[in-house]
Amino acid sequence: MSEPLRAPYVLEYTFRRTPGPIMGRFLDGLRYETLEGVKTADGRVLFPPREYDETGTAVTNEWVTLRPFGTVRSWSWVEQPRTDHPLSKPFAWALVQLDGADTSIVHAVDAGDAKHMKTGMRVRVRWAHHKSGTVKDIECFEPHSLVMPAPSRLEFEVYPGRHYTAYLKALEEGRFIGGKSGADGKVYVPPRAADPTNGQPATEYVDLADTGVLTTFTVVRIPFPGQKLDPPYCFGAIVLDGADMPIYHLISGVPYDQIRMGMRVKAKWKPREQWGPSLENILYFEPTGEPDVPFEDYAEHL
Amino acid sequence: MVDVAIVAFAQLPSVRCNPVADEAELVQPVTKAAMDAVGLTQSDIGFTCSGSCDYLVGRPFSFVAAVDGLQACPPIRESHVEMDGAWALYEAFVRLLHGDLDTALVFSFGKCSVGPVPDILNVQNDPYCVQSLGLDSISAAALQARALLDAGKATERDFAEIAVRCRRDAKDNPNAHLKGDFDVDAILAEPYISSPLRKSLCSPLSDAAAAIVLATGDKARALVDRPAWIRGIDHRVEPHSLGARDLTVSPSTLIAAERAGVGRDKVDVAELYAPFAPQEIILREALGLPGEAAVNPSGGALAANSVMTAGLIRLGEAAQRVLDGRADRAVGHATSGACLQQNLVAVMEGE
Repeated sequence: MSEPLRAPYVLEYTFRRTPGPIMGRFLDGLRYETLEGVKTADGRVLFPPREYDETGTAVTNEWVTLRPFGTVRSWSWVEQPRTDHPLSKPFAWALVQLDGADTSIVHAVDAGDAKHMKTGMRVRVRWAHHKSGTVKDIECFEPHSLVMPAPSRLEFEVYPGRHYTAYLKALEEGRFIGGKSGADGKVYVPPRAADPTNGQPATEYVDLADTGVLTTFTVVRIPFPGQKLDPPYCFGAIVLDGADMPIYHLISGVPYDQIRMGMRVKAKWKPREQWGPSLENILYFEPTGEPDVPFEDYAEHL
Repeated sequence: MVDVAIVAFAQLPSVRCNPVADEAELVQPVTKAAMDAVGLTQSDIGFTCSGSCDYLVGRPFSFVAAVDGLQACPPIRESHVEMDGAWALYEAFVRLLHGDLDTALVFSFGKCSVGPVPDILNVQNDPYCVQSLGLDSISAAALQARALLDAGKATERDFAEIAVRCRRDAKDNPNAHLKGDFDVDAILAEPYISSPLRKSLCSPLSDAAAAIVLATGDKARALVDRPAWIRGIDHRVEPHSLGARDLTVSPSTLIAAERAGVGRDKVDVAELYAPFAPQEIILREALGLPGEAAVNPSGGALAANSVMTAGLIRLGEAAQRVLDGRADRAVGHATSGACLQQNLVAVMEGE
């Protein structure tokens, strides 16, 4: 027998439904971002509402307005949504019990990643922008935590002082300076008014190289509020050649798994026309390619 | 009281796709095989009842076309349920209790190969609150599986072990098509479809058909040596709203099992319709099966799942073991709806 024929075929019904007084009130409420459950004869609240409870008893005419917060009672993560699914990016199906309701609604949770999903987690309604009088007027739920934004901002005028001014002006010229007290004093970067080891003024400036040794470092992988850089990034302590104190700056120009203590590094400067009185003249420190410095040589600077 | 027995069972081998057979071509050979087994023809049958779902093939009234596979002229007493064939068997059972007829033919057919079954099954969900969201059947079952994990009733390894056991047992079943030696760790390494469900924890979708002949009292004894007497049969339904149910238990199965008398005596074999591996755990608990009962020796739905037919096949597989003397007391179970919403339980015994 020859190969049987095949052809695409679509079954489509353009039905419209009359939802009746109970479901009608529920769906109409969604248009106006109102969530209403209905009370059963024994005092439970059904959300979504139903005409009858599970024993077949008709619900009362008593409606309860619910707040748009609830708890996930079960969930399933969908990494590859099907065409019919409510979200086109990875999402979770969930049973969500709104606060004050005794039953749960099936809906989607936009949580970004399965690792953010947990039974018992708190979620809130995200309303659809355009309403259609269907359950899709709830676009989805999203994770909710009781965190109140509490930003604080105070404006000051900063006078960095004589020694910091000298340090920043040197940076503006593409140089590092340190300060020390006496011929055998420690070299502090930036310079400071006094050497804390002997209490003497540390006013003698010395020029320093823009190369040094990376004494320790950390790779930041966790985002936090107010962060200026996108993780991951590496932050390191660099003891410049000729200095006894580390400065702190970004380490880059090398895969993070190859960064190590004792690595020789050099400042990567911004283009000269962008220089100002700031350590931000330097984009980051990068490896020089020289051999590593033995631990004993920088141990006292850790 | 009229005693009703299953006297014959036939099925077409389940396959992933049967591209050549239409409804009548699925029904004709399988109903003939069941009737041939007891030497009957359509004109001997008192009542005929079928179960199927038009949405599966997307063709309205496809069950009417299926009747062409019968010898229905002159007209026969015939009925249809838009349900798994197990519920057609229930209707035929009730019809025979009237006592005026002594035989009935039950059949069902399911062609899963032509449509998107997980999406088709969303059509059975609540049209106001769920259907428009597109809740496919796998995702609904996943919500149930997660609830089982959260309740501490099972682990993902338990799910995988059920799938491995069913497909290993199915190696002896010529009518199953997903079978062999699978590995628990390999299953646990599969990506999730809808977490915590992975592909191997879901049933395959199959094209198949099945038929059963029922007979009463002495008629049954005349047709076969050892009728599989239906000593109890009951079906129950739970709320449509998934969020109104405790998905970790199956009170409908529990009540149906009690009413069918599952616990009244030993159970040699139980055939359960669990389209998703985690559901077997819920069904075992609700049925209260004794430890020695062989569960799904056919491999169950995880080895072949022709939607609308797999439930009738469960009853047939259980009855067949009584008919051929391998079991004295067998339990058959069928389910319908999302997350085991409706459940039917039948107890069959030899004499």
